Amino acid sequence: MIPSETLVKQAKDRQFVQDPNKAPTEDIHDIIFQLEKEGEWEVQRVPEPYMEVKTKYGRIKKIPIEKTWHHKSCGQCGHIPGYSTSIFWLNRKFGYDYIDPSDQTSCTAWNYYASATSNAAAQAAVAMRNFAAAAETGYYPLIHCGTSFGHYKETRMQLIHSAELRRQVRDILARLGKKFVIPEEIVHYSEWVHAMRDKIQENQVRDMSMIRATVHPACHYHKLITEDVIYDPEIYGAQRTAIITGTLQAIGVDVADYSTWYDCCGFGFRHILVSRDFSRSFATQRKIEVMKKEANPDVVVTHDTGCVTTLDQSQFAAKAHGHEVGVPVLSDSQMAALALGAHPYKVLQMHWHNTDNTGLLAKMGIDPDKAWAEFEKALEKLKDGSQQYLTWEDTDG
Amino acid sequence: MALDLRINKYADVPMEEKQRLFDEVTRDERFEEYLYGCYECGICVASCPSARFYDFSPRRIAQAVAREDVDLVYTLMNDSIWDCSQCFSCDRCPRKNSPGGLITIMREVAVNNGLSSAQEALEGYGRIVYKIMGTGTQVSPDMLQPNAFPDWGPHVKDISDNLEIWRRALPPETLHTTETGWQVDDKTIIELYLIWHMTGVMNMIQEVDEGLYEILVDVMEERLEEEGYDVTFD
Repeated sequence: MIPSETLVKQAKDRQFVQDPNKAPTEDIHDIIFQLEKEGEWEVQRVPEPYMEVKTKYGRIKKIPIEKTWHHKSCGQCGHIPGYSTSIFWLNRKFGYDYIDPSDQTSCTAWNYYASATSNAAAQAAVAMRNFAAAAETGYYPLIHCGTSFGHYKETRMQLIHSAELRRQVRDILARLGKKFVIPEEIVHYSEWVHAMRDKIQENQVRDMSMIRATVHPACHYHKLITEDVIYDPEIYGAQRTAIITGTLQAIGVDVADYSTWYDCCGFGFRHILVSRDFSRSFATQRKIEVMKKEANPDVVVTHDTGCVTTLDQSQFAAKAHGHEVGVPVLSDSQMAALALGAHPYKVLQMHWHNTDNTGLLAKMGIDPDKAWAEFEKALEKLKDGSQQYLTWEDTDG
Repeated sequence: MALDLRINKYADVPMEEKQRLFDEVTRDERFEEYLYGCYECGICVASCPSARFYDFSPRRIAQAVAREDVDLVYTLMNDSIWDCSQCFSCDRCPRKNSPGGLITIMREVAVNNGLSSAQEALEGYGRIVYKIMGTGTQVSPDMLQPNAFPDWGPHVKDISDNLEIWRRALPPETLHTTETGWQVDDKTIIELYLIWHMTGVMNMIQEVDEGLYEILVDVMEERLEEEGYDVTFD
């Protein structure tokens, strides 16, 4: 195996020149606006003010700051809800206006990649129905799930290149009484966090400099339509995506490299549900154990539903078999929220995660027992009926 | 112990049937974007997670389809494609092939035609299909039961025991649900259901799981009636 130090050195030494004029792929923006001129669809503009970031070939991508319509994620909301809660909390912390809609379905891509019980037209219709629902509110879609993000980019590409698919989906949307509208940019929440990293740093209240992290970029974020992914010459020499790493470095976390960074997490879509022996083996043997051996991180940080789930949940069985595991797994939104002072249980909801994360909290100077007692005290109000739900105001205390 | 050592265990399937399925794969509008040729460099295999743990090779898939080896494609469609992780790590192919994309199409063809391998692959998966098609969210908090995830340890029981109160302890108002990932409007679920009908997905479900199809139709038509819809399907 190549020592990780060698790989790190190579990454710093080599530089990918981001030149839009030499991009080997078409600029999606040109085509979607041309199709708008031809009356094929409407394009929902990124609301001002927005941030600008660079994608792989140096093209500019607009990231909305607020007025965002939060396209939630099945796995985050269902099994690791502090992931989504942290995204909302960050928006509230900065006083940004947003919508958490109930007129939203899953992108249904997890099921599609797992079972193939769908087809291109259905997938495109689901995407465009959600986009239409967002446009009706005047708020701009911000996609929480890495797979939804990648899949919507794929779907957009198919719609761009197939007049027949556009006709079919436009007809379906019309029958549902919906507009045929596509967003100017498809934006993942972690791109919003990345764009906000300087503001997060300015408002940081917790020192994170003692924390060493490894980063797992999600496959469906950076391997699908790779030209529409954030790259930065200052981060890995633009040899790989800057997502997550840029955010962590901004808040002072020591990001350590490891040789299997490109490998997937082992989620496998159908495997995590019906063939978990594969997911467990891959997640622990190709990811967590390699990270432990080469970087010994305090935390693994990633930015997708399936990655957090697989890398975290798989460690229990591996530990039982004596494997060298035991690294907590968090999302970049949770790490950013921690840096801004968020409560580990009321906001990050870390009790939904599996691998012991109390050591990580202690290293940051947070007493996990005291924090848990505070959460349990808040639960008492729900149990005795004096309050039905924990509110955002409760998270401030 | 029964061992099947035949070199071609699908020799009894008529060649016309194998050709018909192959043609269905290549007719898909996405096909020409997913296959350009093969250098036999092995980059796709090296980056493939499934290749490390299964007798599976994305290169074999791409080459079999490119060579128009109808017989082998049929075998792979039955024995191999469900091992793919659909991570698209193989998209780093220097010829711009997408073996993962080819597999997406091959899986759809397998489901559309009710291949027994597809039915076997989807055994135990019906509940998930029902959840996504019937509720609009793929997984729900109440799926976290110890008997469903024994390999995730006692932590699953903690969640299951505290599910209702822990869901109420989530500040976002849409996340207090236990049977769906988040609160989805009735009208939204009905629109999703109509999409499944208008795009032929309900027919796909009927092809691979008649029982699941009947349940979905019963539940959703009751819902349509409750919401005052009077729908005529083709």
